[in-house]
Amino acid sequence: VSVIWIGLSDSLAHAIPLLLVGLAVAVAFRASVWNIGVDGQLLIGATTAAALDLFAAPHIGFLSVPLSIIAAGVAGALWAGVAAWLRARFEVNEVISTIMLNFVALHLVSYLVRGPLQEHTKIYPQTETILLASRLPIILPGTRVHLGLVIGVVTAVTLWWVFRFTAAGFKLRLVGQNRHAAEVAGGIHSGRVIAIALIWSGALAGVAGAVELKGVTYALYENLSPGYGYSAIAVALIAGLSPLWIILSAFGFGGLAYAGGMLQRDFGIPATVASIVEGLIILIVLAFAALGRVWSVGSYTVAARDSS
Amino acid sequence: VSDEISILLNGAVRTATPLAIAALGESVSERAGVLNLGLEGCIIAGAFASVIGAVAAGPIGGFTAAILAGATIASIFALFTVVLRADQIVTGTAVNLLAFGLTGTLYSLMYGVTGTSLSLPTITSWAIPILDEIPGIGSALFSQTAVTYLLYVLAPVVWWILNRTYLGLNLRAVGERPAAGIAAGIGVRRLQGSAVLFGGALGGLAGGALVIGHAGTFTTGMSAGRGFIAIAIVVLGRWSPLGVMGAALLFGAATAGQFALQAGGFALPYQLFLALPYVLTLLTLAGFAGRVRAPSALGQRELDA
Repeated sequence: VSVIWIGLSDSLAHAIPLLLVGLAVAVAFRASVWNIGVDGQLLIGATTAAALDLFAAPHIGFLSVPLSIIAAGVAGALWAGVAAWLRARFEVNEVISTIMLNFVALHLVSYLVRGPLQEHTKIYPQTETILLASRLPIILPGTRVHLGLVIGVVTAVTLWWVFRFTAAGFKLRLVGQNRHAAEVAGGIHSGRVIAIALIWSGALAGVAGAVELKGVTYALYENLSPGYGYSAIAVALIAGLSPLWIILSAFGFGGLAYAGGMLQRDFGIPATVASIVEGLIILIVLAFAALGRVWSVGSYTVAARDSS
Repeated sequence: VSDEISILLNGAVRTATPLAIAALGESVSERAGVLNLGLEGCIIAGAFASVIGAVAAGPIGGFTAAILAGATIASIFALFTVVLRADQIVTGTAVNLLAFGLTGTLYSLMYGVTGTSLSLPTITSWAIPILDEIPGIGSALFSQTAVTYLLYVLAPVVWWILNRTYLGLNLRAVGERPAAGIAAGIGVRRLQGSAVLFGGALGGLAGGALVIGHAGTFTTGMSAGRGFIAIAIVVLGRWSPLGVMGAALLFGAATAGQFALQAGGFALPYQLFLALPYVLTLLTLAGFAGRVRAPSALGQRELDA
């Protein structure tokens, strides 16, 4: 029983960042905006949270938990906002701009953790570990499952509600399915919707960075994200970009990450197997969509970009 | 011109070579309207295959295997994007994950998870007599490996094909207006597919160059984002083969320059230097650095849009 419990709880712990980045991708993809910059936005979010935790936490204590998560969301939104602005103002393709911004973010963090934010011995390229008061507490005793799980699930339910019951969610889907029709028939300013989708996507990625920092790593370093931004695409697509299903698929991919680690530890099978599965899952979803056996995901992936 | 600058320039060209090869291939595929975001996957596949090929049949075998592996990964990408018309960005991500996972897993299974890595002999640079004695740039440009020299030949050839042949004209037409291409009786899918395969093959070659020209071994994820850097280079080089050469050199110089900056003990953070080319690419895209225009149909999924 305890082996199963460890497996389940570890999968849950792995699912937390995947859930948040999966939601980030879903917001953008619903509008057919390709946010390839989730990893960069996540890093910027984690950096902001780390800076706040390190400098402000001694003075404000537990308040630094909500404050730094919100600040991380704002920072991620601003980082994605650069791409949104470039697209709105200069028609710069967001795929290329978000890739560039990923590299800029990476080099920025590389500088900070070797410069102003480096730990005091100046040996390791990382920050000081954050204070206990700044960390997300473990919610299942004896496991690694932290409060980030609650944040993720609440975010997912909120997004589900927004997508389903609000005008904003409706516009997002309309623009994603057919930009041209949304403008002509719906009178929707599609450029604005696209910019907002990208910015909210960045905000969620930034929150994911703060949650990973405060719940798992406790320090900032360059490789904080092992490519979460790309796994996120698999997480979101298999769930048909639907927030509630993303909870489930994040748990599934969390299990995959756990299983990968276990296979490597116990059987010498490399953990990179998990990436093969992620890649194959995306291809299978694409193939199904292309072959016309459309379940809801089809309309998003396939109807993309028809008015560019 | 002092020795240090000469060494710096030589390092810049050496670092730029794999980037330029991958970017040259990507520029062809983008001119045909296909953004191969799976380029990173082609590079890592080429790097891995070059190890197998080089162990079996030396450097030539390594490069051949690298080219084939890059083209194979590109064929998966082409099957989904060109034939099934799936989204290029999503497909590219899938292909990257697949190639990263496959190469990492196979390499670990063959040579052990801990990576008690094998070490292959790398090819040495050949100095071209007389040319390598040109003051300043001589040794930088003409004391390199065969891969760099291949690039010197390939870039003008690609330029010539794109700009001076019917094949190139058709390719560019397809990248601007696929529907017009169909109307004109051009085999749009075949042309786009071929362009993607060519790009993938060069991506694979770039991966092979990383292994056989530099590292002498494979490590999981050793492409380290070069596929994405190559995509940046294509933009900065404004989708022209010769522009791509210049842009790649700039990225190479930034990387080579960081070591000089570190060694020189300058107060300036070297990461600023490394981030500069990306910022420049963004500014170029936004039109701050002169006019630039992507192929109209770039990334477009539908043929009739």
